[in-house]
Amino acid sequence: MTIRKISILGGYGRAGNRDPVDRVDLAMGDVLSIVGPTGSGKTALINDIGLFASENTPSRRRVLINDTVPSTEFLDDPSKNPIALITQHTSFLSDLPVHRFLDIHARIRHSGRTGTVVDDTLEFANQLTGEPIIVDSAMTELSGGQSRALLIADAVIIGNSPIILLDEIENAGIDRTKALELLRKYEKIFIFVTHDPHIALLSNYRIVMKGGAMQDVITTGAEEKRVAGKIDQMGKVMDDLRDKIRGGELLIEEELRVIMELANLKSI
Amino acid sequence: MKLIMCAGPPTSGKTMVLRQVTRRLLAKGCRIAYLKIDVQFADEDDLFKTEFGIPARKVYSGELCPDHAGVLVLGDAVKWAIKEGVDTLFVETAGLCLRCAPYIEGSLGIVVLEATSGMNLPRKIGAMLTLADIAVVTKIDLVSQAEKEVFRANIIDAAGIDVLETDALHGIGIDRIAARVERAQEVVEPMILRGSPPMAVCTICAGKRQIGSEHHFGVLRTLDSDLFYRGQ
Repeated sequence: MTIRKISILGGYGRAGNRDPVDRVDLAMGDVLSIVGPTGSGKTALINDIGLFASENTPSRRRVLINDTVPSTEFLDDPSKNPIALITQHTSFLSDLPVHRFLDIHARIRHSGRTGTVVDDTLEFANQLTGEPIIVDSAMTELSGGQSRALLIADAVIIGNSPIILLDEIENAGIDRTKALELLRKYEKIFIFVTHDPHIALLSNYRIVMKGGAMQDVITTGAEEKRVAGKIDQMGKVMDDLRDKIRGGELLIEEELRVIMELANLKSI
Repeated sequence: MKLIMCAGPPTSGKTMVLRQVTRRLLAKGCRIAYLKIDVQFADEDDLFKTEFGIPARKVYSGELCPDHAGVLVLGDAVKWAIKEGVDTLFVETAGLCLRCAPYIEGSLGIVVLEATSGMNLPRKIGAMLTLADIAVVTKIDLVSQAEKEVFRANIIDAAGIDVLETDALHGIGIDRIAARVERAQEVVEPMILRGSPPMAVCTICAGKRQIGSEHHFGVLRTLDSDLFYRGQ
């Protein structure tokens, strides 16, 4: 089955109030962010999507694929499930070496014909991390950022999941802008739960959650896209400072003033 | 009486799965009783009593192997459940040894395994998995997509049974487990253990599979008695 679009049909918020947003449609290639304060129902919403809710979750929302109720086969076998969910708690537990582990997954997914997917997966992951992954090291020896990068790469390339849900990857220690740029090349639906303004503005839409309900859907317009560019520059200032700290340097007031002035002159 | 036997290693999430299933089935009008078999400590019976107000009790096996204790007391337990006027009895085992299987012919045998226990666990445990009807895999939110898939493939490889993944804490994937419980058949007398426990010296270990302490010799107990000895 080819997935062309998924739709989220509104249900109810925590207080039993109707979701002000009645329906959200996502086409292949769309990037969606889910934003809102802690406890506003973001995780419940991605769980609804991950479960293909059909009025059977507390929110009573429904999720359709290509305008129809998804087959239960999707839920019966994770390798047939078109959705890969990567949360803040998801991790690798296997102590197999990286290349053997990826090979096992590739064999299950591709009936033994693995081709170059393992290499492609590693290449993808390495673009997101600071330190390249050593393929002979155990999965459990990877750093937090490396394993998060590999989780994403594995879901995108070996799993080839058409819909990928990423819960707060800003805490993952990977290059977020690079991640979005790379992910954009794949014809998939990406859904980010995020507190990061840059990720939110690089998305096509964002759902704003409040009190468990889908409060609003905002389409990123031309002005916000320009703002995203400026936030990116601000981010680079922060990255620069981060690199200095990582490199064991001291931060000097004067230098910070210069950096901020430069950033100001260039962008705002 | 539908007899639902739930086995699985300690802390794998048996109680959480059964609570979530109980909540759904009670809402549909099922009448459920709950029995916990454990070695020396259990408070799950109180939990089921307080949370759902259903008949619930526990049995400590003490010096006995808990699965052996199950064989001795389950005949009485079914009678207790009938007297309580329920249609489904959940039995949650201690889940300590993994080599025995507590399942009874005609019951629904559920083995609960946690996805975090390592991809090769399904190959390591024996009858507790291979004689079950369904495997419920818990804590799926904690492991990678790849490990989820390999874990499932290893279960199917080892046991050839249906696998249902769940994140029981958030109630995800529970409906399909509840549906299997609803479809379960009534257990019929005489109840017989599904497989022989590993070789040992007592009547149960030696392959006498009849349920009920009256069929056995050696150190025995009933649901309500202390240990006693029958034999020469």
